[in-house]
Amino acid sequence: MTVALSVENAGFRYRDKWALRNVSLTVEGGTFCALLGPNGAGKSTLFSLLTHLNRPREGAIYVQGCDLDSKPLAVLARLGVVFQQPTLDLETTVQNNLTYFAGLHGFHGADARKRIGLALERMDMQERAHEKVRDLNGGHRRRMELARALIHDPDVLLLDEPTVGLDHQARRDITDYAHQLAKDGKAVLWATHLVDEILDDDQVVILHQGRVLANGLSKAMADTKSLADFFLELTARQGGE
Amino acid sequence: MMQHAIVALSVISARELRRFLTQRGRFLSALVRPLVWLLIFATGFRAALGVSIIPPYQTYITYEVYILPGLCGMILLFNGMQSSLSLVYDREVGPMRLLLTAPLPRWWLLFSKLAAGVLVGVFQVYTFLGIAALFGVSLPATGYLFILPALVSVGLMLGALGLLLSSVIRQLENFATVMNFVIFPLFFLSSALYPLWRMRESSELLYFICALNPFSYAVEFIRFSAYLTVAPMAIAVVVISGAAFFLIANRLYAATRRG
Repeated sequence: MTVALSVENAGFRYRDKWALRNVSLTVEGGTFCALLGPNGAGKSTLFSLLTHLNRPREGAIYVQGCDLDSKPLAVLARLGVVFQQPTLDLETTVQNNLTYFAGLHGFHGADARKRIGLALERMDMQERAHEKVRDLNGGHRRRMELARALIHDPDVLLLDEPTVGLDHQARRDITDYAHQLAKDGKAVLWATHLVDEILDDDQVVILHQGRVLANGLSKAMADTKSLADFFLELTARQGGE
Repeated sequence: MMQHAIVALSVISARELRRFLTQRGRFLSALVRPLVWLLIFATGFRAALGVSIIPPYQTYITYEVYILPGLCGMILLFNGMQSSLSLVYDREVGPMRLLLTAPLPRWWLLFSKLAAGVLVGVFQVYTFLGIAALFGVSLPATGYLFILPALVSVGLMLGALGLLLSSVIRQLENFATVMNFVIFPLFFLSSALYPLWRMRESSELLYFICALNPFSYAVEFIRFSAYLTVAPMAIAVVVISGAAFFLIANRLYAATRRG
């Protein structure tokens, strides 16, 4: 598999405080990569760099070999993003929300309708198309956001703690679906602080206080202990230093 | 890219208009505000404020007719400030993130949001003019068509001004502050409610300030257009200041921050 997403020594600071420093990671196509870190580790800051909402002070970011800093529009067209905070217009229908997004990516008319239909079908939400978003439960809203992120068939999916606030079943459904997307060839970067969303074969990048502490396969990290114990010990050790 | 940009502009505009039409309270207050000025204030002041024949008018007019273009400007002023400020407040939360991660230049996305706000503002103005006509206060028939370019230009200028102000003045935390320190001074220190020669009779200094106020030119642009007259100075001030406000606001707001 080729490298779909590459972050090279990225650094970002808010005034005098570095929020990220020397962060490097790669995610290959067809891989589910969990960006694991406690609250305040810098996950959302890294996502703001990946989505070009902010620019790194140091380092570089590439998507399919394309430099984000010099070609942001080409890179953004290849990214599908689910933000931590909901980005839906609650007062209108699912269909209208998806049409709006499709339009932002330049799709309209029959092409847009076809893509929206496919995205809803993938998430098993066709019958919800004409419902108001406000009337959907939290799980369905998140599924809709995931469907939306797939409308333009991106190479890389960025999901920033997409299961926050969901019940157990909804969390599981979304997590399973994201793993399936990785199996289908997408590169998935999934930010989380919950180890139970990570499977043995997943790549894990542990981020703490703006630095990468570990990067490898989940099952290799948790060789002799559980991933949860490994994560807690590692972050506690670093926090104490 | 061009087609993509147009599609994006159309969905952003459609969304803004839909949101406005579903927010009945906002629609109602956008209409009630100028109607109160027109039907109550203007009636009360008609006797006190005589208006002589000044261009573009070719005959004596009632005070209600005089303030009609100014009230159109007021609608665009409120709407421009409201939509620009909400744009900035929304920056850190969801919907704006979705917009700013679209694969289009930031300045275009920002312009599209401004244009969508103008669409809503122009819709409000024509609704207001329709109600005013029912009460017997109207423009020349062709004036309704001729004011359209003026309304669009003025709307863009005021939206860009709102964007600029909210980019540089972080203390503009709520709309009441904006009303007191931006909207009221812009509105009252302009030719919206009284001709500037009247102001000059009372205070040379205030007249000077009014003459520097771009909103005065915005009102005159609408007024002259309504009477099928070209006002080159007003057009130039609106277009140039609007472009300048947008360029500065875009530089301050739309640029991606480097940490």
